[in-house]
Amino acid sequence: MLSKRVAKFNPSVCVACGACVKECPRSAIFIYKGCYAEGKAELCVGCGKCAKICPSGCIEIKERQEINEKALV
Amino acid sequence: MKKHWYDYLWVWAILYFTLGLFNILFAWFGMIDFLLPLFIAIIGGNKWFCNNLCGRGQLFSLLGGKLGWSSGKATPRWMLSKWFRYGFLAFFLTMFGNVLLQTYLVFSGASSLKQVVSLAWAIKLPWNWAYTDGQVPSWVAQFSFGLYSIMLLSLIVGLIVMALYKPRSWCVFCPMGTMTQDICKLKNLRNNNQ
Repeated sequence: MLSKRVAKFNPSVCVACGACVKECPRSAIFIYKGCYAEGKAELCVGCGKCAKICPSGCIEIKERQEINEKALV
Repeated sequence: MKKHWYDYLWVWAILYFTLGLFNILFAWFGMIDFLLPLFIAIIGGNKWFCNNLCGRGQLFSLLGGKLGWSSGKATPRWMLSKWFRYGFLAFFLTMFGNVLLQTYLVFSGASSLKQVVSLAWAIKLPWNWAYTDGQVPSWVAQFSFGLYSIMLLSLIVGLIVMALYKPRSWCVFCPMGTMTQDICKLKNLRNNNQ
């Protein structure tokens, strides 16, 4: 079952330091070709550890439903 | 998450600065931190160095995260701006260029060896105990003093922003991080256009 909340990444602000990758307890984050962090939404449990450690503030924890609705628009 | 050998490279970061206190010639090892990230970004097209091998980043994570020396406040937006990131990169490259110039001047005999560690040209710390004249050619020692100065300055700045903001706030404007991310973006752009 998927969690209610999920991490949302802003690639334009991300510096690809990888701090979030180390912090994630579900190995749900990876650095896309050295450019920015991306999350595997199906693995994310929305714990927010990544958002807490992120130095650039590029991660937000959002309602999964809200993100899904936006994706459909 | 499974621990790897490279998860303990924060030890190397401490060792590097400690060794430089006793013999400045160890500062040459700092070139690994300069060249390896660029090499990995150019050849591999990724930031594997920043993500896994950066001892300094790991040290900040350890001190600021596990030991709680960081306030955890959000990094200010101006620090994230392109102006600041590229401005700091320009400042860093100017410092490195000056180190190369001073090394050349000593090599050519136009200048004599200065046994000081200089922090952003403003603060000059006497460091003469860490070098014995004649150990190596003077220009080799001059480069060591210069490189150690840059490394020490970046450590101090990194520790300050770690304490004031997030543990790895330094990574936001780290010159090596800025350069390697741009290399990766350019490589990615080129590959997408092909």
